[in-house]
Amino acid sequence: MESLRVINLGVEAGGKRILENVNLYIKNGQTFVLFGPNGSGKSSLLSAIIGHPNYKIVKGRITFRSEDITNLSPNERVKKGIGIAFQNPPKVSGVKLIDILRYCAKTAGLKGEDIESKIEEYAKMMEMEDMLERNLNDGFSGGEVKRSELLQLMLLNPDFVMLDEPDSGVDLENISIVGNAIKKLLERDKSEKERRKSGLIITHTGHILDYVDADYGVVLFNGRISCIGDPYEILEHIRKYGYEACIRKCLEDRG
Amino acid sequence: MIILKLPEEISERAKSVGIEFDPNKRAASFLQIDQESNVYSWINGVEVMSIKEAIKKYEWVKDYMWKIVKSEKDKYTKMAAEDFNGYFIRALPNSKVDVPVEACLYLKRVKTQKVYNLVIAEEGSEINIISGCTSHPSSVGMHIGVSEFFVKKGAKLTFTMIHNWEPNVEVRPRSGVVVDEGGVFVSNYVLLSPVKYVESYPVAYLNKKARASFTSIIVAHEGSTIDLGNHVILKEESSADIVSRAISRGGNVISRGRITGEGKRCKGHLECRGLMLSDEGSILAIPELEAKHPDVDLSHEAAVGKIAEEEIFYLMTRGLTRDEATSAIIRGFLDVEIKGLPEFLKKEIDKAIEMVGEDLM
Repeated sequence: MESLRVINLGVEAGGKRILENVNLYIKNGQTFVLFGPNGSGKSSLLSAIIGHPNYKIVKGRITFRSEDITNLSPNERVKKGIGIAFQNPPKVSGVKLIDILRYCAKTAGLKGEDIESKIEEYAKMMEMEDMLERNLNDGFSGGEVKRSELLQLMLLNPDFVMLDEPDSGVDLENISIVGNAIKKLLERDKSEKERRKSGLIITHTGHILDYVDADYGVVLFNGRISCIGDPYEILEHIRKYGYEACIRKCLEDRG
Repeated sequence: MIILKLPEEISERAKSVGIEFDPNKRAASFLQIDQESNVYSWINGVEVMSIKEAIKKYEWVKDYMWKIVKSEKDKYTKMAAEDFNGYFIRALPNSKVDVPVEACLYLKRVKTQKVYNLVIAEEGSEINIISGCTSHPSSVGMHIGVSEFFVKKGAKLTFTMIHNWEPNVEVRPRSGVVVDEGGVFVSNYVLLSPVKYVESYPVAYLNKKARASFTSIIVAHEGSTIDLGNHVILKEESSADIVSRAISRGGNVISRGRITGEGKRCKGHLECRGLMLSDEGSILAIPELEAKHPDVDLSHEAAVGKIAEEEIFYLMTRGLTRDEATSAIIRGFLDVEIKGLPEFLKKEIDKAIEMVGEDLM
């Protein structure tokens, strides 16, 4: 069963072409990792998939479970089962974390007492119980932002999960909480046969792969996909030789 | 229990400004329609009567009147001084009245409603007052309200004023406050509906170790001009916060605030935020700090702008529609944490915000 497809996607932002001819085919149960140097278009791709108004799709299309979602608003995409955790979400003063968690739970179809009990359960798991009455992202530390984003996703319970650098700026204490949450979100704790959820994770350092396993690695360079392969091999190559060498190798391999 | 039979349109309007006329929820009710007043009181420890009656009853009342707000201050105070009615509310020494006293000033038929109010919180007392001012549907006129507040040593007065006027009504409150040693004055002002013109700039004098906070939440609709602020004068070791939230939906807002530090180790903070929801209208924030002593701690922050698209988009990725996201952000903007505000008063304010929140889009 197919989850997300990106077909010949071309995206513009601020009058500049930032993604060109991007193709992805992600099936249910698969987790993809997105590598690439700064400015290669990783976050832009996630923004285009979720429907950020500043990212104009000028070519191609995006489908989710075979349905064209290219022209849907972000909230409609989310209702269909796509979820995103941002790297640097904005501070929203006056809107408390508990408020947005309730919205998330309602979006996921939870009702009545289930809303509060699920919030309580997941907040405990993410060690965010003391943060619930705080204004969203207002004065949150790096680790707290990540935990808050993942907590929101856990309540949204999406079928296709996008995570923008969930491991950046997270200290050792937080990384296992973050890792476990992602594992649960992507059903990596279940057997391959049972697994239905799929995802796309941006990682710059690859740290998250120590906690969550993935099926494919994708390298983005200058707004284009330069290769798709085994995520661990790609990561090893990047770590050993750097991005440029990795990309060169990708291009060579493609012949 | 229904205490008085009012025409439905009047009681509905009164409800919109937090006035219940319910002995279970209120300690006393004062209702003034145009210049005629009625009083219902169900509790000891607090005296509520019309100011006219109070002048007759107590000789000393005259010693308080027009002491902070001078009758010759401007043409409006002069008009009020000539002929007025209003409320007299006095918390007796050391009495603690949890249930709020409510006062409703209702503009119905007259061209000008002239009000003089006197509030005294005697030593060691605690009292909550909800003052709701409103006018008859499609009324035209002016409301002049002079109010003087005396918070005695160690007393605490929480005064919450909710306004709901009509687009052709002008409102000119003139208020003055004196807080004695160790006293606390908490003032909340809520104005969310259309009005022609509001001009208010209460002055508060804080004596040694007194504390005060002024919070205002206002929405200026198209055709409304709201010129609002506070001036707080701080003596030794006293402290004050002025917080304002202003939204323009096409109306004009002038948000003033001035803190004068006159005594050593006094502390004042001013926070003024404005949100523009329309291409029309304006918000002018004028925060002023004045030090008259070297050992003062005064600060301010002000920010005026529109709703950030990034915030709307962020909430949309949690399943909210654009309208729901905008409304959540506006509600959040208006939801000011008011220190020391009793829960039921917070509910009154929330209710007022909720009532207009829907059509703020």
